Amino acid sequence: MKFAAEYRDGTIGRAIAQRLREVADPDRHYKLMEICGGHTHTIYRYALASLLPPNVELVHGPGCPVCVIPMGRVQDAIAIARRPGVILACFGDLLRVPGSDGTLLDARAAGADVRVVYSPLDALRIARENPDREVVFFAIGFETTAPSTALTLLRARAEGAANFSIFCNHVTIGPPLRALLDSPEVSLDGFVGPGHVATVVGSGPFEFIPAEHGKSVVIAGFEPLDVLEAVLMLLEQQRSGRCEVEIQYVRAVTAAGNPRALEAMATVFALRPTFEWRGLGFIPDSALRLSDEFADLDAELRFGVPGVRVEDPKACQCGEVLRGSIKPWECKVFGTACTPERPIGTCMVSSEGACAAYFNYGRLAVGA
Amino acid sequence: MSAGGEQAALARIERARTRRRAFRDAQITTAHGAGGKATHELIERLLVPELGGGAQLAALADAAVFGAGDALIAMTSDSFVVRPLRFPGGSIGELAVNGTVNDLAMAGAAPLALTLSLVLEEGLDSEVLRAEVAAAGAAARAAGIEIVGGDTKVVERGAADGMYVCTAGVGLVDPRAELSPGAARPGDRLLVSGPIAEHGIAVMLARGEFELGAAVESDTCSLWPAVAALLDACPRELRSLRDPTRGGLASALNELAQTSRTGMIVEEERVPLARAVGGACELLGIDPMYVACEGRLLAIVAPQAVDAALGALRSAGCAGAAEIGTVEADPAGMVLVATAFGSRRVLDMLVGDPLPRIC
Repeated sequence: MKFAAEYRDGTIGRAIAQRLREVADPDRHYKLMEICGGHTHTIYRYALASLLPPNVELVHGPGCPVCVIPMGRVQDAIAIARRPGVILACFGDLLRVPGSDGTLLDARAAGADVRVVYSPLDALRIARENPDREVVFFAIGFETTAPSTALTLLRARAEGAANFSIFCNHVTIGPPLRALLDSPEVSLDGFVGPGHVATVVGSGPFEFIPAEHGKSVVIAGFEPLDVLEAVLMLLEQQRSGRCEVEIQYVRAVTAAGNPRALEAMATVFALRPTFEWRGLGFIPDSALRLSDEFADLDAELRFGVPGVRVEDPKACQCGEVLRGSIKPWECKVFGTACTPERPIGTCMVSSEGACAAYFNYGRLAVGA
Repeated sequence: MSAGGEQAALARIERARTRRRAFRDAQITTAHGAGGKATHELIERLLVPELGGGAQLAALADAAVFGAGDALIAMTSDSFVVRPLRFPGGSIGELAVNGTVNDLAMAGAAPLALTLSLVLEEGLDSEVLRAEVAAAGAAARAAGIEIVGGDTKVVERGAADGMYVCTAGVGLVDPRAELSPGAARPGDRLLVSGPIAEHGIAVMLARGEFELGAAVESDTCSLWPAVAALLDACPRELRSLRDPTRGGLASALNELAQTSRTGMIVEEERVPLARAVGGACELLGIDPMYVACEGRLLAIVAPQAVDAALGALRSAGCAGAAEIGTVEADPAGMVLVATAFGSRRVLDMLVGDPLPRIC
């Protein structure tokens, strides 16, 4: 088992922090967005913000897969789980995301068979072990998790698994970034790019950000030193007047990405014309469905789902948090009506969600 | 976006957090059994009020302590529903005895007697039952406690998961013990008796749901020898003890911080963690601070007693005992982790967790 200790070395971290203070221009403010929820988690887990110069601000982006799931899709999953004979398998974070009518955890307590898995292949194994049950995997995530869903679909097809299907909610990172950059309320100086997504898609899909919007991108890994170094690289681009896509996460990311993963995805998925994002509304060409060739493994077609659009709760400001236009603590219900115990918004559910990360890790008592 | 705005928001949150509310959940979910915030809400907002809310009950200690003549008696009750019944390093029978003995030990009590009640599922293999009862007997002999009674119930197939074990334990509080969950004061030190998170990870891996080959064994054992050694070495300086079971070290620290209204600062790098356990946690995306131990204790001691306490723990077989942090005045009621970077973050209790039944 390989350890990540070398990317968590405190001495190196403090040295990068010192370098950041030298590179940052004290007369200006830097506003950088980390796109991915994994980065948000690392930033809070290691309290990295406290190591940055005071004029370098990190804002959280739309890249937490649980956070961007709209309530209507959660309700569809609950409807599938409630069908007799169905086993619904999903990642643990999804259990506590509210639909219009409770959560999957509530559905399980009321008798639905909902199981936590760590990989879609585990769901396929459950299908193999329960040939008289219908097993549905509730698939979510960006290009990071989509390849493992694609691989599972290919294996299910090869095995002839008749009792297995996928409720597909995979999304792609490019379109929400375009939407974000087109919206006038957000003014950013650069992006910490999503390392895991880029291992699959490469750096190409981010080139439009400097080319069309004049913003820097540094694709980063997920250890604390990775994130600190990426911030330093962004500041150095600013200082030297460069504006480009750079890769900090060179141990995993290449410009071309992973052609085999992309090929598997192209086989099993097709682009949806539009898809709803929690708090961001409908974004064209931003999500994946199963391709026609794999339609027989599509749970949406096999079971039919209510497909009702559920309005976000009025008080919830997840959209503004996901666009980086407010900080978690600026939300009207943050920490009072919306807590990890009783989340209203998705950002308070997942450990990658900006609100949950801030609530769990960032909240220091006054004066501390 | 002024810092003042953020501070005001944080103050508002702290007020909301300390407000007592009625229990509002419509049904019981697994989160209520996970040892985190949902469990606390169930106990504080439903169980304690409905049971009359006596001071003993409301203290939420591992064991209740009451006087009988000149003696102080500790009493505890526990139940065990772990799946699978056997896992590397232990099994439900052994766990039931050790878990009960440890609740008594955390009250500074030498274990005296224990009852063992069995809820058996129709169809359970008799040899499985025999093995578990034998494991309980062996654990009791090892811990020096006598099993003095019990009860047996059988339920229909499907109404239980193989077997459940319920215990009651009685112990005699050591007259030297001056333990209290609220006794921590600024300057005190935090000690653990060994590497954390081993039981929870061993059980999770034993369920075979993750294809991980790591060899991790449960740490289940009696902690009374360790407590006895601490009472020999530094009785006056030993403030509080907890065994960090469900909810892990993070929950135990939070409970003590809230009760004593002090801040607990843990240095992440000093918390002992076996490589295989750390690696498994990394892969599963779990923070080991929230993973259960069944044979480790958290001790709060006065600063002058750190060396004596560590020496006592090591002499009692706790080779991996370590000092992991300090008690400070602020932030009262909270636990902070000092990272290797010199930054600090909050270590809160979890609400529940997606982890399976582990004890």
